Amino acid sequence: MCAKPIKDDAKAKVGTTGHSWDGIEELNTPLPRWWLWTFYLTILFAIGYTIAYPAWPLIYGATPGVLGSSTRADVDADIQHFDALNAPIKAQLVAADLTAIEGDDALKAYALAAGKSLFATNCAPCHGSGAAGVQGLGYPNLLDNDWLYGGTIDAIYTTITHGVRNTVDPDARNVGIYMPAWSDKASGPLADMATAKLSADQIGQVVHYVLKLSGQTAHEAKATAGAQLFKDNCVACHGEDGKGNRDLGAPNLTDAIWLYGGDEVTLTKTLTEGRGGVMPSWGYASASSTARLTEADIRAVAVYVHSLGGGE
Amino acid sequence: MSNAQDPSQLYAAHEPIFPRRVTGKFRTLKWWLMGAMLAVYYITPWLRWDRGPQMPDQAVLLDISSRRFFFFMIEIWPNEFYFVAGLLIMAGLGLFLFTSAAGRVWCGYACPQTVWTDLFILVERWVEGDRNARIRLHRQPWNWEKLIKNGIKWGLWLLIGLATGGAWVFYFTDAPTLFWGLLDGTASPVAYITMAVLTFTTFFFGGFAREQICIYACPWPRIQAAMMDEDTITIGYRSWRGEPRGKQSVQTSGDCIDCMACVNVCPMGIDIRDGQQLACITCGLCIDACNGIMDKIGKPHGLVGYLALTDEPLERAGKADKPIWKHILRPRTVVYTVLWAGIGLGLVAALFLRANLDASITPVRNPPFVILSDGAIRNTYDMRLRNKHGTDRWFTVTATAGGDVTLALEGTDALRVLVKANETLVQRLYVTASAGTVAAAAHHLPLRLWITDAEGTETPKAERIYKDTIFNGKEDK
Repeated sequence: MCAKPIKDDAKAKVGTTGHSWDGIEELNTPLPRWWLWTFYLTILFAIGYTIAYPAWPLIYGATPGVLGSSTRADVDADIQHFDALNAPIKAQLVAADLTAIEGDDALKAYALAAGKSLFATNCAPCHGSGAAGVQGLGYPNLLDNDWLYGGTIDAIYTTITHGVRNTVDPDARNVGIYMPAWSDKASGPLADMATAKLSADQIGQVVHYVLKLSGQTAHEAKATAGAQLFKDNCVACHGEDGKGNRDLGAPNLTDAIWLYGGDEVTLTKTLTEGRGGVMPSWGYASASSTARLTEADIRAVAVYVHSLGGGE
Repeated sequence: MSNAQDPSQLYAAHEPIFPRRVTGKFRTLKWWLMGAMLAVYYITPWLRWDRGPQMPDQAVLLDISSRRFFFFMIEIWPNEFYFVAGLLIMAGLGLFLFTSAAGRVWCGYACPQTVWTDLFILVERWVEGDRNARIRLHRQPWNWEKLIKNGIKWGLWLLIGLATGGAWVFYFTDAPTLFWGLLDGTASPVAYITMAVLTFTTFFFGGFAREQICIYACPWPRIQAAMMDEDTITIGYRSWRGEPRGKQSVQTSGDCIDCMACVNVCPMGIDIRDGQQLACITCGLCIDACNGIMDKIGKPHGLVGYLALTDEPLERAGKADKPIWKHILRPRTVVYTVLWAGIGLGLVAALFLRANLDASITPVRNPPFVILSDGAIRNTYDMRLRNKHGTDRWFTVTATAGGDVTLALEGTDALRVLVKANETLVQRLYVTASAGTVAAAAHHLPLRLWITDAEGTETPKAERIYKDTIFNGKEDK
């Protein structure tokens, strides 16, 4: 059926491109003219676009475009729009009793969603995006069931609002309370707070007592010697039984969770050099500065952190 | 001779096509197909299907805002999008199958571009008359007659376009509600914009662009050309019977009297006697036209007709064609059919085997585990529990693992949660292994989580599914 070649006169009419493969030649069939017009239209559109919208780069910015379009302004408008939409539920969140928020489905859903994004922006740099903290740097893990200052929603809220040991907020937790540097070679403010100067051997004895307290393998003789040193120097904060004191942010030394690490090397370092982690105040406002987070935002973060698995 | 240097030859003006009216069995078939397909398109959104009080009662509904596809008794959730993917693959393979067996039947009979163009040409003929009248009208200068006739034609085209776009939007939301909303102006702007765009594209594609879409814009002709081989049954001109063309009074002439009937009816403006070619959509109208002429001059049908390339030598030798089934049944078509049917059966099986509860479990891997104060290891999982029932259901969670673990759900002391009807609940699950256990020290402990529909009362046994995941222990270094 295809015995006759297609359009015997096509080659004479339009010619070929000069390309030939195995004797198969490429006809130089003209494009439809509307195709050309479409091409010109796209050029016209592009010119119109650069007039209408910001386009041509200048030294400080770009031509603004006659429509006054600005994606920055769009984002600002979007933020205002959503802020306005969220205003009622934020007001409810602030008005609600802290412990009642989690019982209210709508408030809880909002607080969790807002808290999650606020946490990612403000808290994750230290506590990690998954809230697991950084042990070596003393950024607490917020997922476990051990809390320095308490894991109730109220305690978490207070910690976020005022922070820990910061120099800004007079209500910050543990202002002036540190883990002292016990080494007799230590100097500086942390060393001044120690009630005794311990030699490296004595520190080793205390370390082994703490290892024993927490159920880890310890040198018996050292641990026994360390018990008396612990009683003389440590119980004021960590308690007779070593279970810590939340009023002073003193960690529980008998459990499996360690702020800086529970191995011999880290414990030795902790005792020798002292510790004193700082957390900023997120709710403190003064005459010259505004709070980092609003009351509604702090409450949202508190609800979110409380929901991470360790909440009390 | 190459004239690539001559810019006047680089572009060609569009030559309008005025297809002549034709009657015959393919034209009749195409009228019926057009009627059936347009009816399906326009009526489908108005069909109702009772799914219970909380659910939409539209039989076919692509509810994008609620992320549900409804197709009669079938409801597709976003996580089951593989059904849609499977249908698209089947559509592709179906096209391969039909094209390798019978050429561009999709293009010629079922493609919306062809169907709507056919409808637009019908309108054109009603208003302006048949081919010769339309050519005359096209050539005459603008006057009242031309203006009025074109005005009526464009008006009717716009109405068809409006109805096309109008029907389209009904697939995406409740049709009766939207219909009244469109009338009183309360419908979403998206609906109006969609209708406006589709009205314009229908008007332009069906009224003016027509064969240009098939030749220049559509990728299918190129792809389909690769699907065809010498056994593909397609439309051709039996040149060995027709040539040389000429008057029947001349003894040496073939059957073709060069009446141009096949060319005049062609909506693509081609001459099928040049052989199969890119622009041919195999609509079959040239066959009808030629058979009509053959009747008049007393020759047998089929000078232009469906045939395969392998039949040509047989016919030239005066032998009978290969039976059609031998053309169609060949490895290529069998492979396409098996693939097509296999995917179809797989989808049907998946459809009937899927449960009314569904879950996906995502282990929280930041961090992989948490050490609790008593030394226990806790892993966290985010569960998405999907209740596909029309009623609220309580789902319980249990686990089987290679070691002892305990489960807890965030926010509740019980191991069961209420999932609302036709909704997804995101629920956090804690799995804890006590210190010193196998699980706590395992690298990757296999963990199977069972989700049970605790209220499967209307079914003889409770419906339950499982999802496999892993539990991360704290490996001893």
